[in-house]
Amino acid sequence: MDAKGKNDLTKAERTSDREMTVTRTFNAPARLVFKAWTTAELMKLWWVPKSVGMTFVSCELDARTGGTYRFVFSHPAFEQPMAFFGKYLEVVPPSRLVWTNEEGGEAGAVTTVTFEEKGGKTLVVMRDLYPSKKVLDEAIASEQMAEFGEQFLQLDELLPTL
Amino acid sequence: MVQYSTASLDASFAALSDVTRRGVLEQLGRADSSITELADKFHMTLTGMKKHVGVLEEAGLVATEKIGRVRTCRLGPRLLEQETAWIEAYRELWAARFDALDKVVEELKRKEKGDGRKRKK
Repeated sequence: MDAKGKNDLTKAERTSDREMTVTRTFNAPARLVFKAWTTAELMKLWWVPKSVGMTFVSCELDARTGGTYRFVFSHPAFEQPMAFFGKYLEVVPPSRLVWTNEEGGEAGAVTTVTFEEKGGKTLVVMRDLYPSKKVLDEAIASEQMAEFGEQFLQLDELLPTL
Repeated sequence: MVQYSTASLDASFAALSDVTRRGVLEQLGRADSSITELADKFHMTLTGMKKHVGVLEEAGLVATEKIGRVRTCRLGPRLLEQETAWIEAYRELWAARFDALDKVVEELKRKEKGDGRKRKK
């Protein structure tokens, strides 16, 4: 199906002991893709896909080097809203973004996103670099993501296509 | 995703309840090792290490293969399956996100074109 084919455009792999990499090409110039990553009103439209079942309670970001962000989500299964927050280490429009993920304390990954424009299309490469192999192994072993994935795959089937 | 039976989970928890066995998994995550190397590393007798590896192997956490006189241990299918499942779930999350981002970007493009036309007029 069309939706499935699109979904397959996203590639993810474990690129090292402590790094996960996701790539996808967008049919738009880098400055527009970059804008969608650095504007709160736009982030709100895509960062939490419907199929995940979470909704934004608030979305604040100051996409400048040294600026901070704070995303708060709610989910029917959460007793309380969940906050994700951190700091922008590098903001280089329209080609590079680096931020910390501090909600997990010391175990948080550093996320680097690069935007590479070629012939009007933009290759986005997102890397999550964990502090050590152990931390990434533990994340995998905890299977949180696997359960999460299972949940939203099930939701996907239940929800009518919107 | 991957479903595990209660019995298989029990075997895993039992296997992981021992500090040496957790150490062995960590070691094998870095590199395959022979039982002799593992015994040396953890200051144990060969027989003691064989027992630990046996428990891990039964739980599917370690796989062993005898080549000549050496039995080599590596991470088992159970752990590899888990990693594959985790990566696929991770990919699914990003794919869903990026499908939504694609729509946002298309909308920005459309708007920009519209504005461009207006300005030219």
